[in-house]
Amino acid sequence: MKILAFGIVAEKTGAKEFACEDIPDSDSLYLWLRNTYPELRKIKFSIAINRKLAQVNTKIDDGSEVALLPPFSGG
Amino acid sequence: MNRFERQVILQGFGTAGQGKLQKAKVLVIGAGGLGCPALLYLAAAGVGIIGIADGDIVSVSNLNRQIIYGENDVGKRKAEVASGYLQKKYSDITIESIPEFITSSNALSIIGKYDLVLDGSDNFPTRYIINDACVLLNKPLISGAIYQHEGQVAVLNVVSKNDLSANYRDIYPEPPGADEIPNCDETGVLGALPGIIGAMQAAEAIKVLSGYGTPLINKILFYDLKSPAFYETEIISNPLSKKLIPVDAAAFVQADYSIACSSVNFVNWEQALTMQQKNTGEVMLVDVRESDEQPVPEDFDYINIPFSVLQKEYHQLLLADTLLLFCQSGVRSVRAAQVLKTIFPEKIISSVKGGIMDPMSPIHHQYHET
Repeated sequence: MKILAFGIVAEKTGAKEFACEDIPDSDSLYLWLRNTYPELRKIKFSIAINRKLAQVNTKIDDGSEVALLPPFSGG
Repeated sequence: MNRFERQVILQGFGTAGQGKLQKAKVLVIGAGGLGCPALLYLAAAGVGIIGIADGDIVSVSNLNRQIIYGENDVGKRKAEVASGYLQKKYSDITIESIPEFITSSNALSIIGKYDLVLDGSDNFPTRYIINDACVLLNKPLISGAIYQHEGQVAVLNVVSKNDLSANYRDIYPEPPGADEIPNCDETGVLGALPGIIGAMQAAEAIKVLSGYGTPLINKILFYDLKSPAFYETEIISNPLSKKLIPVDAAAFVQADYSIACSSVNFVNWEQALTMQQKNTGEVMLVDVRESDEQPVPEDFDYINIPFSVLQKEYHQLLLADTLLLFCQSGVRSVRAAQVLKTIFPEKIISSVKGGIMDPMSPIHHQYHET
């Protein structure tokens, strides 16, 4: 699957776009991200799967595009 | 020929669209990097009444992006300068200056006077106040925000099919926690970025008001200036959103929107206990939980001054020069540190990260037993 990272999340993952092995659902993805990038534990962000926000644990089909979307506050 | 000719002849906009703009009342909150370009386009398009709410003054470092202001405006109130500038340009619209910051006390009365709000504020507490007020008042909200070289835009809270469209809390139910924002240091930005995002906000506001095109409803759009790239995603309504928004005006005014964005220092438990052991007397550990909260620490010295009485009971802290504050999870202790910093600006005041729920807390085991 493909991961797109935005804002401060991209700073912590070190890349704006990267591939990773398929992960079955959004909760597992959160866990994987927190373990792989410990600094993300402190950061709130939303997850979109194939351009739809995942509000509850959501299945991620193989080969999906997932986006990690933190809020911005600057004006 | 009038000054709106080129948009009136635009197919799908017409005199009807122009008429709706001229009757509209729009409030722009924050006359900064986003607010300046948005205001310029809203005024140029002929929005009938435009309110400008900003309590800030112009500083030199604003001038790379806040394009209404010039060198001679430094030190002046943004709302006054911007309203004077726009009113001088266009005599056929009304500009209202509101030289105040939006708070939970004034938000409902100010926003209530307008048809639509454009959020160009620069901090999370204000963004949540604006969102919740717009939901309570059924006002459409054009949200825009930037972070370094990226921006985000969304059209929120529009009435469609007898229902309100997604609001900010459907995307981000709760503000970032205190420890996610280590300090309020400004980050760098190229002026063109808020120019692009602010102009997009103005375009979406004009679309919502005039009925032209399809506004960015139930969607959020991201723009990365560096790549450059756009990314758009659909917002699915979040069941948490409704629970988190105050139910009515009274609850809204009472709600606490503050999150740490000040010079609060953080220590972890190991640092806190080491500091206390080395400096008995001058370093004081303070439990700011209410007196009936569990568990009660047994393994170290501390005093308990509940957050609710902090402003009355602080005399117990006079002799210490360093205060280490803890609570259940590390959020209240940040607020307590902010309160105490105003009372004791000369003391070193830190919040213990994670509170007693933190795995490093010496009473973490007690927490799990209760």
